[in-house]
Amino acid sequence: MNQTFFNQYRTPILYSVMALLLVIVGVGQGWSVAFTILNLCLISAIMSLGVNMQWGYAGLFNVGVMGFAALGGLAAVLVSMPPVEEARAAGGQGVLVGLLILIATIFVSIVAWKQFGAKSKKTGYWMLFIIIAAGYALMRLFFLPSVEAIEGVNPSVTGYLGGLGLPIILSWPVGMLFAAGAAYVIGKVALGLRSDYLAIATLGISEIVLYFIKNEEWLTRGVKNVNGLPRPVPYEVDLQQAAWFQQLAADWGMELAEASSLFVKVCYAGLFIAVIAILMYLSETALKSPWGRMMRAIRDNEVAAAAMGKDVVKRHLTIFVIGSAVIGLAGAMLTTLDGQFTPVGYQPLRFTFLIWVMVIIGGSGNNWGAVLGGFFIWFFWIEAEPIGLWLVDTLTSFMEPTHWLRLHLMDSAAHMRLMTVGIVLLIALRYAPEGLIPERTARKH
Amino acid sequence: MTDFINALVVLSNFILVPALTYGSQLALGALGVTLVYGVLRFSNFAHGEMMAFGTMITIFGTWGLQALGVSIAPLPTALLALPLGIVGAVALSLFLDKTVYKYHRQRKASPVIFLIVSIGLMFFIGGLVRFIIGPGDQIFFDGTRFIFSARDFKRSTGLDEGLALKMTQAVTIITAIIVVAAMFWFLNKTRTGKSMRAFSDNENLALLSGINPDRVVMITWILVGALATIAGTLYGLDKSFKPFSFMQLLLPIFAAAIVGGVGNPLGAIAGGYVIAFSEIAVTFAYKKVVTYLGPDSFQPDSLVQLLGTDYKIAVSFIILVIVLIVRPTGIFSGKTL
Repeated sequence: MNQTFFNQYRTPILYSVMALLLVIVGVGQGWSVAFTILNLCLISAIMSLGVNMQWGYAGLFNVGVMGFAALGGLAAVLVSMPPVEEARAAGGQGVLVGLLILIATIFVSIVAWKQFGAKSKKTGYWMLFIIIAAGYALMRLFFLPSVEAIEGVNPSVTGYLGGLGLPIILSWPVGMLFAAGAAYVIGKVALGLRSDYLAIATLGISEIVLYFIKNEEWLTRGVKNVNGLPRPVPYEVDLQQAAWFQQLAADWGMELAEASSLFVKVCYAGLFIAVIAILMYLSETALKSPWGRMMRAIRDNEVAAAAMGKDVVKRHLTIFVIGSAVIGLAGAMLTTLDGQFTPVGYQPLRFTFLIWVMVIIGGSGNNWGAVLGGFFIWFFWIEAEPIGLWLVDTLTSFMEPTHWLRLHLMDSAAHMRLMTVGIVLLIALRYAPEGLIPERTARKH
Repeated sequence: MTDFINALVVLSNFILVPALTYGSQLALGALGVTLVYGVLRFSNFAHGEMMAFGTMITIFGTWGLQALGVSIAPLPTALLALPLGIVGAVALSLFLDKTVYKYHRQRKASPVIFLIVSIGLMFFIGGLVRFIIGPGDQIFFDGTRFIFSARDFKRSTGLDEGLALKMTQAVTIITAIIVVAAMFWFLNKTRTGKSMRAFSDNENLALLSGINPDRVVMITWILVGALATIAGTLYGLDKSFKPFSFMQLLLPIFAAAIVGGVGNPLGAIAGGYVIAFSEIAVTFAYKKVVTYLGPDSFQPDSLVQLLGTDYKIAVSFIILVIVLIVRPTGIFSGKTL
């Protein structure tokens, strides 16, 4: 009886447990902490929705989540930061010419391939090789001096081209476009081949995106980071001076500084919840539509779906691009929330595999499950460190404070995260492959 | 003429020798990946970390031997400790197979599930290695550093450019040749090796002819553990041991395996050298070579470098993409194990 009750109301019960956990943190560690966790939970949930589209709907394994998220972050910088006029004057033209040459090279290659490749593959390859080599050399001729000039402009503060100076909210759709573009190229190459080729190709593209972002200082400032991105929500300082807010803080009975920081976080949470609500509506509608049924049919039996006349590779490409776009959106949102772009912060563990754990634990194929997984796993990821330290501390409390084992364990607590993620993934795959909220199918068995 | 020879020496010193060394390391790594693919039919993402684990045990063995005063100078002591590392890696591989992979194998899970499982193990082993030895650099090389140094070479030949051969480079290349030869002998000549190839070729047929699948799987893991340890130790001796760098090796190793045709040992070796040579040749600054080969008093302003060294990893990726587009089955397609 109990079992069926739980199964029937699984989703609301689990979401209430999650809400309760956040409330406990709010009461215990302060509401500001609770909202910080909530905001990151929301972003994680969006990322895991994106991965769920690829894995849950279509069974595509993307190991490059980090790269797509980083592209979203890049979009935030390029859209919102004010342009650096000096740098544009110094090297803007050269970079522009270089980019035009790049586009021209790609265009000419495509035309040449259609002309010659169709007749003889060998001539086609040689033509491509010559065109690409020439285009690359020509591009570098214009590119390199301009890049040097741009990076020389006041390197400690700018040294890059800056952005467009537009509102940062606009970067969210732009981030989707960036990620979608990269996903299209990768999907074109790796889809339709063996399933693990996609995994390896996405692993590669995410590494390269990261190297690009770290090294192309003229565009991203590289490891020098871009700080002080504009915000879509009010600044604490402005709030503290506004009469209406002082009144509000007094009504709440809070310190002005504390109230303003909380208010900003609540604003972010509101924005993020709006995004997630729209996404959830769209993805639930899509999943229930004939299109969603077709996607699942392809996932469950590719051969049968192909026999029914479905173009498996094309459908896979669509869903791969859409899912990556959602990840790019989350990446742009994350950079917006942080207010800074730090390329070194993109770690595969945190940005790729943690998201995977979220989807698998939450319930692959079920959007509600993926969102819940995003919340749960992020929550425990954040709270694991204090819990882990406390655990080590308690377990070794009988030892001398300077005992080598105790010191070693205290030092290594950070690596335990790596191991824990691995073990959680293994256990989930073995004992609960369906996840917390399993996929709903019309009929069981 | 001397200019020409000088240019050749520069190329050998900075491209040929390093690429042969790095290529041997990649080839041994790719061989392990290919074996798992051929017999167990999934891409093993945990291979890089298994290399780190085996190397770590070897390092402990080396330290132990050094403390005892055992030395096989001019060769590095690590070679003596290698068997210990192999035993460690094999033990871990067999243990993980029994506790983790076996369950999924019995349920006939799809290759993608195995792939995710191997990623879980990658983190588990990675965490274990960092937990035991720490994330920092470990140098465990000893013995003679150079077989001949650039200065010796210059003195004996009278050329302007030097060619150096490090002990680790020679050890790597020779070990790789021995291991590869032994590997092929095993696969082609012994009964067990033949049963492995049969199993890889057609599982059902192999089962029908009475081949014990558990035994084949066990032997595969033993070979993979040994290969991983040897590749990792050679890499660690040549560069330095850092847990992080083995994760970075994963992409070149996979690229090497795919370029050669996954599941094909010969291809894995060829792929390793293809990747290594392209990576080093593309990121090498040809300024000196051009100066020697060009007309007198000609000196290029730039470094004459095709791609910055930071983009090393992009090279293996681009080769991978080209192979996937042009010939997705790899260079040596059609023949596995």
